[in-house]
Amino acid sequence: MIDFGYSIKADRQINFDTNSKRMLEFVRTAEPSIDWCMSCGTCSSACTAASITDYSLRRLILSVRRGIESDVLNTVFRCRFCGKCANACPRGVNTRNIIYMMQTAATKILNHETLMH
Amino acid sequence: MEAAANLSRMGHTVTLIEKSSATGGRLNQWHALFPSRISPRPLLERLKSEISGNVNVILDAEVTGIEKNDDGYVVDMANNRMITADAILLTSGFDIFEAEKKEEYGYGIYENVITSVDLERIFNTGQPLLTVQGRKPSRIGFIHCVGSRDEKAGNFHCSKVCCVTAVKQAIEVKELIPSAEVFLFYMDLRMYGRHFEELYKDAQFKHGIQFIRARLSEAFENEDGTVQIRIEDTLLARPLKMSLDLLVLMVGIQAPKKKGNIIDLVGIQRDTDGFPKLDDPYGMPFRTGIPGIYCAGGITGPKTIDETLTEARAVASEIDAYLTGMPSFSNFESIVIGL
Repeated sequence: MIDFGYSIKADRQINFDTNSKRMLEFVRTAEPSIDWCMSCGTCSSACTAASITDYSLRRLILSVRRGIESDVLNTVFRCRFCGKCANACPRGVNTRNIIYMMQTAATKILNHETLMH
Repeated sequence: MEAAANLSRMGHTVTLIEKSSATGGRLNQWHALFPSRISPRPLLERLKSEISGNVNVILDAEVTGIEKNDDGYVVDMANNRMITADAILLTSGFDIFEAEKKEEYGYGIYENVITSVDLERIFNTGQPLLTVQGRKPSRIGFIHCVGSRDEKAGNFHCSKVCCVTAVKQAIEVKELIPSAEVFLFYMDLRMYGRHFEELYKDAQFKHGIQFIRARLSEAFENEDGTVQIRIEDTLLARPLKMSLDLLVLMVGIQAPKKKGNIIDLVGIQRDTDGFPKLDDPYGMPFRTGIPGIYCAGGITGPKTIDETLTEARAVASEIDAYLTGMPSFSNFESIVIGL
């Protein structure tokens, strides 16, 4: 390929109409409390992984809602299930099960398996 | 009506002048009240029955001038009608932002863009909620703060009641069309009142309504009549586009228009937000600075029904004090609280 000295980055725009919501459906079926999240960020402020990497449960829940699978695949395995997020959540979201379901979904996607429980 | 009924009960002769053909104002337009979602009809009936026979009601009357003379005030109306009064209470309410002014949102241009007032009207008719093409909408979006917190729209203030109204209407839409996806696009969610947060929680927990923090810059129409919106999903810091079958604009509350409004007719000063300037906004939030002239309800800013009714009773007691020469409670000067 010819090197023009610059590259074109992928579009940052989220195309909500075409993005797949399969991950949201997968997580929501097992853990409906994902709908309770109001993106306050208490979980990610309590999180050790979030303080040293760009892992953020607040953002991951939004990524799942918008169908941005790459964000989940890239960062969800940084969680070590300490559960501080669950303690911190003001709305009682079952954060650990959400992360576990996200990891399960991510594993299935990486293994080219169908997203089914 | 509430103030009139209370003043009448205190023994005063009360005349209620109404511009339209029915008393009750905007309450007549609403289908259900937040946060309980009850119908406003029983309340309207109670208010009407309280004034019935006790208050002289003049309908379809437009006030053209108010003058002060030695005996009090002379209120002139169109068609050479006139009454005199010792005290005047202005309760002519607020204006609703005209969504056409926010041209980039497409109201009046794109057929599937409606306002929250239109939606309430559709609920009132009991007809199914359909797109202009006659389709059952599968994705509906609500845009908060249309004409509120927007200096370019001429209103920098918050209209206060639209957040909870959007949540209420979203739930109603979801109940009408359970299969629909419903999205609310907000800047801040101001669930300030009692039980408002519960309604917001219900919207998420029970109805799966989704909230996206964003402010719409511009809406477009697709060939099939759906509405394309482009926003920034600000919590992800990424732009987002999606198509909607129906776009509902949460139109804000604004000060009554300047030209020929009764506020200016009687010479009440306007405050920075356009609403009447109050000389004692904490102690007497209905006193105008002109002796004998009071304001209550939506005329002094966005208010809920219960706030308006409470204020009506409070202003009635203050007007009674004024008329009977009793010391006023204003500015806390003459208050005596139990020793």
